[in-house]
Amino acid sequence: MANVKRSPWLLHYDGSSCNGCDIEVLASLTPVYDAERFGVMNTGDPMQADIFLITGGVNTQNKDTVKQLYDQMPRPKVVVAVGVCACTGGIFKDCYNILGGADTVIPVDIYVPGCAARPQAIIDGIVQAVELFEQRSKEHDEMVRNQKKGSEVA
Amino acid sequence: MNMILRVVLYIVLAPIIGGLLEGIDRKISARMQRRVGPPILQPFYDVKKLFKKQVIIVSRSQTFGLIPYFFLMVLTGAMFFAGMDILMCFFVMSTAATALYFAAMVTSSPYATIGANRELIQMMAYEPAVLLTCVGFYLAEGTFNVSEIAASDRTDILFMPGFFVAFVFILTIKMRKSPFDTSTSHHMHQELVKGLTTEMGARNLAIFQVTEWYENVFLMGVVGLYLVNSNPMSIIWAIICIMAVYFLEILIDNTSARMKWQDMMKITWIFTLFTAGVNLLVLMLVK
Repeated sequence: MANVKRSPWLLHYDGSSCNGCDIEVLASLTPVYDAERFGVMNTGDPMQADIFLITGGVNTQNKDTVKQLYDQMPRPKVVVAVGVCACTGGIFKDCYNILGGADTVIPVDIYVPGCAARPQAIIDGIVQAVELFEQRSKEHDEMVRNQKKGSEVA
Repeated sequence: MNMILRVVLYIVLAPIIGGLLEGIDRKISARMQRRVGPPILQPFYDVKKLFKKQVIIVSRSQTFGLIPYFFLMVLTGAMFFAGMDILMCFFVMSTAATALYFAAMVTSSPYATIGANRELIQMMAYEPAVLLTCVGFYLAEGTFNVSEIAASDRTDILFMPGFFVAFVFILTIKMRKSPFDTSTSHHMHQELVKGLTTEMGARNLAIFQVTEWYENVFLMGVVGLYLVNSNPMSIIWAIICIMAVYFLEILIDNTSARMKWQDMMKITWIFTLFTAGVNLLVLMLVK
């Protein structure tokens, strides 16, 4: 990972978690773990984000927000569910207002389990997400090229 | 011929130097926070990625505002390095900043609108010092012409230290550094999401980024102008001075917290008008 030419910008959204995973997500940006050495930037703007980090389960109130944030992100994009709540609903699974994990609303690519997920695990998840992002970028470029060809023919 | 060469060199090299400066900025900032930091070429990776992402357009007129911002900023630097009127350079720069304001305003997003309003307030804060800089150069050299200022025998900073301090002070605002980063909210503070740039994604953000690099190289050129004289050795001193000023900006960025715009206005006006004003009086009396 030492000299990768990548620039993953994160959008971090807290569903209905206990905040434990959020603190760990921010911890992975601190001097001890320093996710910025991989070019990771924590942006609050879905328009500029590449990787959607979601912590906590999805409930009836925030399902539209999660979906909207996902839709606002330009392609190519990758979704990472951090913590067991975002993966399956976790300890809150049987609550009357919880729909379940993030994948009940949006397609999730990478699951990072843990309660709370450790910074090492989160960074590992991000690194995997970056690889997937790279692959999606190639597919996206290919698609754009094909579209251009198609419009020329038409 | 020499003039054309300088302009071409500026247009070609400014984004490279500007990008490297930003990379060094991020690396030094990381070291100041005891982190490893991203590779120095990271800003280039970012821009390359931004150009490749899907373009989601919030408002078509946003691009219409950004393109003049880009071209006018390139024109500012080109005029400066061609050795034209420094007053005119700063007027064109202000026009470019206004185009950016419109680019943010047309999206009618609340965050971008507040960011744009704050950008206007920032312009109001730094504009007197910018104009005073031009006046200072005129008083010291008797000309507004950059090539004549650069070719004279005097080292301007000896005649206008007050103007220099005022200019370095407003550089913090111009470069959108803490404590004056109210319009874009850099780094982790995101009360305005991304302020001015909230609705800029993909290609538009890349244009904004590259324009900032052009702008920084131009501003650093003005810092250099304070030291450059007819002696070619002075260029080396100018480069050393530019690096020192840039380091100082990074240091200020990393050691200060955000300021309210009211305080920014007060402090900037009082400080720059005082330092530049005293210098102005001295220059006028000595003459």
